[in-house]
Amino acid sequence: MFALLTDRQWLWIAAGCYLTGVLFGTISLARHRRHSRVAMYAIIVAGYLAQTFGLLMRGRAVGGCPLGNAFEIFQFTGWSATALYLAIGATFRLSLFGYFTACLTLVFTLVSLNIPAWDAVRHTALLGGNPWIAVHAALAMFSYGVFALLTLSAAMFLFRNHSLKSKQPGGWFHFLPSVLDLDHMSVRLLTAGVSVMTLAIGVGWVYWRRDDAEVDHMKLLIVVAVWWAYVLTLVLRLAGRLTGKYFAWMCVAMFGLALLSLWPVNRSRHPEPRVRAAVSAPAP
Amino acid sequence: MSAAASLFIFGATHQRTPIAVREKLALAGGAADAVRAALKGLAGLREFVVLNTCNRVEFYLVAESVETVAEAERIYCAQQRFAVAEFAQFRLALQGRAAALHLFEVASGLDSQMLGETEIFGQVKDAYAAAQAAGSTGAVLNRVFQKAFQAAKHVRTQTAITEGQISVANVAVDLAVNIFGELAATRILLLGAGEIGEKTAKAFQSRGAAALTVASRSFDKAQELATTLGAAALPFAEREARLGEFDVVVCCTAAPEAVISAAGTAAALRHRTARPLFFIDLALPRDVDAAVATLENAYVYNLDDLARIAEENRRAREAEVVRARALLEERAETLWRTVAERLGGELPEAQTGAAEA
Repeated sequence: MFALLTDRQWLWIAAGCYLTGVLFGTISLARHRRHSRVAMYAIIVAGYLAQTFGLLMRGRAVGGCPLGNAFEIFQFTGWSATALYLAIGATFRLSLFGYFTACLTLVFTLVSLNIPAWDAVRHTALLGGNPWIAVHAALAMFSYGVFALLTLSAAMFLFRNHSLKSKQPGGWFHFLPSVLDLDHMSVRLLTAGVSVMTLAIGVGWVYWRRDDAEVDHMKLLIVVAVWWAYVLTLVLRLAGRLTGKYFAWMCVAMFGLALLSLWPVNRSRHPEPRVRAAVSAPAP
Repeated sequence: MSAAASLFIFGATHQRTPIAVREKLALAGGAADAVRAALKGLAGLREFVVLNTCNRVEFYLVAESVETVAEAERIYCAQQRFAVAEFAQFRLALQGRAAALHLFEVASGLDSQMLGETEIFGQVKDAYAAAQAAGSTGAVLNRVFQKAFQAAKHVRTQTAITEGQISVANVAVDLAVNIFGELAATRILLLGAGEIGEKTAKAFQSRGAAALTVASRSFDKAQELATTLGAAALPFAEREARLGEFDVVVCCTAAPEAVISAAGTAAALRHRTARPLFFIDLALPRDVDAAVATLENAYVYNLDDLARIAEENRRAREAEVVRARALLEERAETLWRTVAERLGGELPEAQTGAAEA
């Protein structure tokens, strides 16, 4: 059924859904109204399904996880963040979390769809198609999705903290969750992200140590540095040495660094074979 | 004069009746039951609900004539030993669609002294439930009240009429919710045993706060207030040493200088890791050192801050009144068309204003 459209068309539909969520939330906030959480959830589910179809088509075309270029990496990270939001959003019911998730995923999908160079070439398989390395890459990208959500909760914390410190708790700040709820959510997300990333590095290490020649040492260094920075942040937070806005700023800044690290990581990929990006054609 | 059955309201509200008169007209003790019993036997009165709150006494009637309503007024005035002629100077009297709209506005908090308050919704519900239990409601009032409850909920969700607190104590509680979320596990220290502190403490308790401690420069007064509030008492001298045990500190002492220092607060915060401290400084001169506000994880609001927020919220609510009223008018019009049919096809046009007795 979903072969009626190309993978990029599905991803554009997903972007349209996320844009709808962003507009819906923005209009509600501008009118000082609390938007329907159920409606926002339904809009994001629609976007998530469309994005899943798009990425699934990519995956089928390449016979593995679609992480072959910057376009796919950004799409996959946005998809991971949305998947996690859909899993935890209904449980923790943090006000505006859905809206911020839609904003973030919209940025990821729109930016990647609008930069053709990111999708001009792709690797047909990662490291010779070893499935364990594909698992490693998928887990690593999923951890980036978790860190993306962490960035959102940290940013929401900063907004809330600023509104309370500046004694302006009204307006759209009124709809933000409490300081403590946001801080607890950030700690949970950081713990989850570090756990997934540790697992990803563990899986990669088990298979890379058999064939050291396959390892790009620069990439390894960057990935371990990102992982270590997140671990250090978690340890400092749990020890009570990094709290409040400093912890939140650290989470936001680290995600910026993590995104920047994707560029050298992506460039270090196995250089052959490179082909034109596979874009599925509609079924005849 | 109308010869047709209709919906009527008469009563006295804060809008046009001074408090001295409202005191005399309030249905205290068993007076409400006595009036209800007397109205039950009134010929031509099909249905009625009595709404009796501190700001209003209102009778919602489905009566066959204006004369029946006048008789109901006489019964009420006799019960209150109040002259009918004097009552006529203050009374609220509405009929038909205007009466339905008034009920919608009352249930929505639009007619309340504290605009947009939600307590009135529960009071209207209680009044209706009491009337139902007494068998004094029928098809018309059942429909009118059910629609009033729906309209009130609609207005509450579609406008910002109930958004933001408009009393200083409730603004403080709202801010605590913004910081801590649920207040059930929040520990509150009340410094000072004055009236404003007591009011604020009660506002916290009404929103679920359970762990309350009182400290005052007079330990006897602290113990006395603690007993009233069901709280614990703390020697005033220990306030800073034990500051880290609390989440919210309500300060309202008459001390000539600050009783909470920046150094003491910084020490307390070090032992609380990521848990913030929220100071509500209601004292003049201020109880909390100005430098406390600069500390990370400490939030300080003084009386001026709280009063400003309350005023902003009040203005925001007033800005929503026109929109809320338009929504209610639309619903009242729709309701009245069906109610008029139920009442036997009487002319709704003739039933949209003040009733005549």
